[in-house]
Amino acid sequence: MTTKNADAIVVGAGWAGSILAKELTEAGLKVVMLERGPDRATAVEGAYPDSIDELRGAIRHRLFQDLSRTTVTIRNKIGQTALPYRQLSAFLPGEGVGGAGLHWSGVHFRAAPDDLALRSNVIARYGQKFIPEGMNLQDYGVTYDELEPFFDKAEKVFGTSGEAYKINGKVVGNGNVFAPSRSDDFPLPPLKDVYTANLFRKAASDAGYHPYSLPAANASRQYTNPYGAQMGPCNFCGYCSGYDCYMYSKASPNVNILPVLRKDPNFTLITRAHVMRVDLDSTKTRATGVTYLDLDSNKEVTITADLVVLGAFQFHNVHLMLLSGIGKPYDAQKNEGVVGRNFVYQTITTSRAWLPENQFTNQFIGTGGGGVAIDDFNSMNFDHGPHGFVGGSPVWVNQAGVKPIAASTIGGGKDAPRWGAGYKKALVNTYRHAMAIDAHGSNMAYRDVFLDLDPTWKNTYGQPLLRMTFDWQDNDIRMNRYVVSQIEPIMKALGATKYELGMLEPGKPFDTRLYQTTHLGGGAVMGDDPNTSAINRYLQSWDVPNVFVIGSNAFPQGMGYNPTGMVAALAYWSAHHIRTTYLKSPGPLVRV
Amino acid sequence: MRGIRFALCLAVFPLVASAHAATPSEDLIRQGEYVARAADCAACHSVRGQPPFSGGVPFDLPMGRIYSPNITPDPDHGIGSDTEEQFARAIREGVRKDGASMYPAMPFPSYARLTDADVHALFVYFRYGVKPVATTPPASTIVWPLSMRWPLTMWRGMFAPTPRQAAAKTTQRSFPDPVLARGAYLVEGAGHCGACHTPRALSLQEKALTAADGDLYLSGGGSVDGWHPPSLRQENRTGLGRWSEDDIVAFLRGARASEGSAFGGMADAVQHGTQYLTDDDLHAIARYLRSLPARKTPDLVWKYDPTTETALRRGDVSARGARVYVDHCAACHRDDGRGYPAVFPPLAGNPVVMDEQPDSLITLLFKGAIVPASHNAPSAFVMPPFAHVLSEQQMADVLSFIRGAWGNDAAAVDVEVVRKLTPKESGAGGVKMPLN
Repeated sequence: MTTKNADAIVVGAGWAGSILAKELTEAGLKVVMLERGPDRATAVEGAYPDSIDELRGAIRHRLFQDLSRTTVTIRNKIGQTALPYRQLSAFLPGEGVGGAGLHWSGVHFRAAPDDLALRSNVIARYGQKFIPEGMNLQDYGVTYDELEPFFDKAEKVFGTSGEAYKINGKVVGNGNVFAPSRSDDFPLPPLKDVYTANLFRKAASDAGYHPYSLPAANASRQYTNPYGAQMGPCNFCGYCSGYDCYMYSKASPNVNILPVLRKDPNFTLITRAHVMRVDLDSTKTRATGVTYLDLDSNKEVTITADLVVLGAFQFHNVHLMLLSGIGKPYDAQKNEGVVGRNFVYQTITTSRAWLPENQFTNQFIGTGGGGVAIDDFNSMNFDHGPHGFVGGSPVWVNQAGVKPIAASTIGGGKDAPRWGAGYKKALVNTYRHAMAIDAHGSNMAYRDVFLDLDPTWKNTYGQPLLRMTFDWQDNDIRMNRYVVSQIEPIMKALGATKYELGMLEPGKPFDTRLYQTTHLGGGAVMGDDPNTSAINRYLQSWDVPNVFVIGSNAFPQGMGYNPTGMVAALAYWSAHHIRTTYLKSPGPLVRV
Repeated sequence: MRGIRFALCLAVFPLVASAHAATPSEDLIRQGEYVARAADCAACHSVRGQPPFSGGVPFDLPMGRIYSPNITPDPDHGIGSDTEEQFARAIREGVRKDGASMYPAMPFPSYARLTDADVHALFVYFRYGVKPVATTPPASTIVWPLSMRWPLTMWRGMFAPTPRQAAAKTTQRSFPDPVLARGAYLVEGAGHCGACHTPRALSLQEKALTAADGDLYLSGGGSVDGWHPPSLRQENRTGLGRWSEDDIVAFLRGARASEGSAFGGMADAVQHGTQYLTDDDLHAIARYLRSLPARKTPDLVWKYDPTTETALRRGDVSARGARVYVDHCAACHRDDGRGYPAVFPPLAGNPVVMDEQPDSLITLLFKGAIVPASHNAPSAFVMPPFAHVLSEQQMADVLSFIRGAWGNDAAAVDVEVVRKLTPKESGAGGVKMPLN
């Protein structure tokens, strides 16, 4: 075991880690960033045309986590024995430099202000009793106004394309009427509508809803960000999610931050370094550094540092906290403890419209973050009173490019034959003339949905796997079914010859075999109360104040929006307070 | 090489003593570093991944392979025992300390113009600003009698100016504008742009060493490693005739400009050298280059022709090579051939595309290319290689298409030419890929 020293250690080379490493080196700190996967570069992973090989990319999971070394176990309910997640399907964590930020799609939202204080808002509007039994509804402890400068900064770093509605309180454009006011416009104009998105825009408007262009970190033209890093323009090739963008137009840590960070003499990146634990001193209130396994030499290495930032994927952050003894593990029976508490997901279902045969939907065209959405049924934008559920869901056409293998798995709809000439005919018809509309909804937190260390299964390094206990709950199923039912008028306005509404089915458990989303959240949430949150409003561990935990693990419940914009804003917010307050006087930034 | 080492052994004692006598100012060392960058010493004396200036860059000459020497201040392996006088003679006259002549791979015919002040700063930098490295590059593979150096002395006498002659032609030439004079000094002297961009005679000397020597100067050189250095004169189609002063400055600062991006050997030149030059010096270089009239007459003017764009927008890919272009090139370079300025270079009106010699285009298709990161532009961009994707015929077709489209009107590329110029290795080989 050798010991190296740094001022700060950042675990994980995705968005959260790269943002923190950039900010901390700017503050003059010597930063070591540890990444267990390989280094990755567009010049190699994105070399055209090899990069747009669907079999190698999305199907054989080129950029995703290697589950043969470590994974999670999953069960639906307490009392069941969880089984390891051995094949990537329901969600797709990344691995390697860039993390999931290299293979993401690019949808780049700011959080809805109401979602950040959802508990307070629900109680204020509907009373305490409106919150269902067993739901751990919580506030973030930070407001939109506090985060606004950091949403703005993240958009400028990411080169985000979009259309504003309100800037400094003044209506300026045709953006999302439900979106909060901004201090500045998007750095780039919105991406053009693909045909289906444009049809949706008209149909949604006809149905009385308020369509807007999805904010996308897929550059609508070439762009140079505040760090001087350049992006190319998106050409709608459709190879975003699951791929390294060969046009350099999808924002990634690799394209937007690391070219500058790598040149900083204060920055060291160590790849193939699997972090085993954060090392604590004998009081367990101070981290001394981290110990990682060098995957090439198979030897453990310890690095000491004054500050440790966990910036790994959501559940890896929670796993590391549990393995290291940072914070009190959650106990579902007592609803006590904080690490593993409020593990959340999202409710995503796809509905499909079939258009007349003279309308070709060209689904191969697309961009990961582009499209048209409505927010009429998201967040607190509608009256929940008559429905009796908490949460909501944006609805959109986000045609991200349907690739051939994926198209074949969609098939021809529910009634179509499963094989033979009928199957082929329906498949071709669907590929040519159908369009997908997603409800991309929230998922609340519940007492009996949580993360803990698995008592049975260990990873290849001998450590207990992280166990997920997760199932769909009545509140979210009803939310999803209500919002999806509101798509029907859009289907009619589209002139669909046939349509299917995709909804969560009551009584049908969470099925790990079907891809749903990689938007996992919670497990080490932020908040104002150390009894219900693992980290404070600055994402600092309540128990070990020189550890900051950055990521969607901080979300107390799963919001309707995609998480990356919020993760990036929280990263800049946390970094700002580390730089302006913590470094001057290390210690808890919030005292209770 | 052995000769050098032997000579160094004899000379070590007195010189090491004198090396410790003076302590030059940090400013002077920095000035020397600046001259070293302007002169791109690293291009030939530094190998990526090895300590700076420790030599070992191979040069394949017709009679064998030579390696650039270690020029760090190590007294045994480098030049740490040279006196300033010996150093100056080596730089400006191509004469080694042992009196033998250097191969003209060393651009001493250009460096002959360097002022005493710059040579002094350079000497100080290589003595005090560079870390000594105790390694010796491999020995030359040139065997006797070809390894004899006396013919080089004759070559030197015939083709290389003495510093006095050189100064007469450059620094003492009269210029209407001091900025032009500075530009001439940098381009003709330190920058030794002509080493690549001026044609050479059979006896390998550059056919012109300065603008005063005639219009062959910087009119385009012979291919090096498959890269064909284009004309830097004012030809409208194949030179810098349509590049503004700011375009040239942007190109030298960050390897990318709206008119084109650096690749091949020029990528290295920007990376080691020009990115570090001051804005004043870059403008001086640009202004000087823009003062060199077109050599070719009549100098046909390039004008954008929308026919190809219109056809491609209609989905008409019936033209030979058009289909390959749309499938493999258009994403970045676009149907209109204009690319995305400063990110993906234009092919329409690009002098490299219209050059008589298609060498660079063929090498680009085979090996791909890197537009390097610099401190002014931290993002590198990589054009991927297509050797494993396209046949030689497809390459000839698509290059002919590109050379004919958008008003480029350059000659088609025959498949035999592609075959002849096929690089021995496809792909980027041992080149380290940028990480973004």
